Amino acid sequence: MNVLARTATDDSPTRRTEAPSPEQRSPVIEVRSLTKVYDPKAGPVLDDVSLSVEKGSIHGIIGRSGAGKSTLVRCLNGLVSPTSGRIFVGGREITGLRGPTLRAARRDIAMIFQHFSLLSSRTAAGNVALPLEIAGVPKDLIHRKVPELLKLVGLGGKADSYPVELSGGQKQRVGIARALALEPSVLLSDEATSALDPETTEQILTLLADINRRTGISIVLITHEMDVVRQIADHVTVLEGGRIAETGPTFGVFAFPQSTVARSFLSSIVAHDLPEEVAARLQADASDATDPVLRITFTGASAHDPVVATLVERFGIRPNILHGRIDYIGGKPLGIMTLIAQGGEPRLPAVLSYLQSLGLHGEVIGHAVRSAAPGTR
Amino acid sequence: MLSDLLPPALVNLLLASLQQTVTMVAASAVLSTLIGLPLGILLVVTAPGQFLERPVFNKVLGTVVNLIRSTPFIILMVAIIPFTRLLAGTTVGTAAAIVPLTVAITPLYARLAEAAMREVDQSLIEAAESMGASPLQIIFKVLLPEALPGIVAGQTVTLVSLIGYSAMAGTVGGGGLGDLGIRFGYQRFMPEVMIAVVIVLVAIVQSVQMTGDLAARLVNHRIARSRRSR
Ligand SMILES: Nc1ncnc2c1ncn2[C@@H]1O[C@H](COP(=O)(O)OP(=O)(O)OP(=O)(O)O)[C@@H](O)[C@H]1O
Ligand SMILES: [Mg+2]
Repeated sequence: MNVLARTATDDSPTRRTEAPSPEQRSPVIEVRSLTKVYDPKAGPVLDDVSLSVEKGSIHGIIGRSGAGKSTLVRCLNGLVSPTSGRIFVGGREITGLRGPTLRAARRDIAMIFQHFSLLSSRTAAGNVALPLEIAGVPKDLIHRKVPELLKLVGLGGKADSYPVELSGGQKQRVGIARALALEPSVLLSDEATSALDPETTEQILTLLADINRRTGISIVLITHEMDVVRQIADHVTVLEGGRIAETGPTFGVFAFPQSTVARSFLSSIVAHDLPEEVAARLQADASDATDPVLRITFTGASAHDPVVATLVERFGIRPNILHGRIDYIGGKPLGIMTLIAQGGEPRLPAVLSYLQSLGLHGEVIGHAVRSAAPGTR
Repeated sequence: MLSDLLPPALVNLLLASLQQTVTMVAASAVLSTLIGLPLGILLVVTAPGQFLERPVFNKVLGTVVNLIRSTPFIILMVAIIPFTRLLAGTTVGTAAAIVPLTVAITPLYARLAEAAMREVDQSLIEAAESMGASPLQIIFKVLLPEALPGIVAGQTVTLVSLIGYSAMAGTVGGGGLGDLGIRFGYQRFMPEVMIAVVIVLVAIVQSVQMTGDLAARLVNHRIARSRRSR
């Protein structure tokens, strides 16, 4: 594991090149040195968190339970007031606002919730109308807007249904329509798909991505599921114990995770860890009795090159594939293959430069001591 | 039918008493709702952790409410006689009985309304806050509509209790069915009057309860319509 952690942190050139420079796009949300302490004895729940969310992007925030995700997102709309630090949304400072000015600012920052938070006393249409009523929008305009919003989320026929008569997915659609009613520039989503089954989750995520594309609304997506991030987030921030463990474009973080937390989140999706049997035989240095363990990361078009065949034919290596898989991160293919290159120690530099010539990311994870165990012959 | 059992004079008395009871109950129900509902709202929204948090005020208000609630009605009625005279100009009669009845029942109603509003999911209040709702908007658009089934149920309990209290108020000059039962049924040994009074009271309580239950069900949208109408 140590070997893994070290090599992974050592080199990640792809990462840097993929991140658009900050000047390129303007941030819609800027968080500067945000700290939140609820109980001084328990220590800070958010500890010096700085973050910026690009306008029009979908920004995932992932972390384990208790990492401070909800606290962070609730600071963004002033439901929680930070102990220190500053927050800007759409160029306006949120921290320090109170009363009517805070309420006015909140109309530009909508939120959807894990348990939907629909009023049971109102129909779907009534729920969507609520933020409009609160904002003092004239009745006739509300009557015109609500059906449009319901149609936008695919619930045109459910205007008169009460929440109790809707499925979880339909309730969240109402929640989304309600959130969009005031045409906010930011949509905060706190575990909005956590109460839904995988298929419904996928539909809701597709809807969010679609709305993001069509309206350019920026979305902050809190989740504890890496798969949610994988499907729709452009950027991801990994939160751990109230601190940012890692942040960057989703593809980069998935391909080359820097932190242990990120890697462990990814393990369910992308295998960054070795089988235990191999890990036990792994050492840092090569010797006569070892074979190199390679991780080849395929990105984009190269994902389809016959690399393994070339390794055999050109370098006389017998690859023992430990793991191979292609995932789609925001629609882009990401292939990761881990193999033991048997008989590969002498040819290692040549192999690595060959991989590099293909634009692949080849990485020597370590050197596995040869064993007589079945399967490694 | 009634006249077969009771002489017409008694039937008239019964009807007059019924009217007095209805007057006392209706008037004090309206008044206790008008006063109790705002009190209930205040008890909820000023509680610690709520959006108009005022812990000291909340504590004081809660204590006053509890004091009145723990005072037996008979004692309360006597204790507030000066207050009754101030408001009603007299301490006897149906109008005067409305004052102690209202004072006694308002805290009960406030507590029941408070309990109903406390049941409203905190996340709904937070959702409204996240939309930029003001405290008044939260109260009128979230708290009250969401708690309505519970508030209606509380209203029913209050009405039934009021009917019981009103019978007691009758004994100190308020008139009404309770008074009739005591004066004729008990003091003049006319059991048929007592029975008639009890029957009428039971019928009133029953119909209040049934109407209340129906109303609570009709405003409860947490139950699917298909099952609500049953
Ligand atoms: N109002 C509060 N008062 C005191 N402590 C709080 C409060 N809200 C949250 N915390 C604490 O802050 C920490 C982070 O909580 P938070 O809800 O932000 O975590 P989370 O990442 O959203 O977790 P989950 O995935 O379980 O929702 C937890 O230890 C929690 O106990
Ligand atoms: Mg949370």
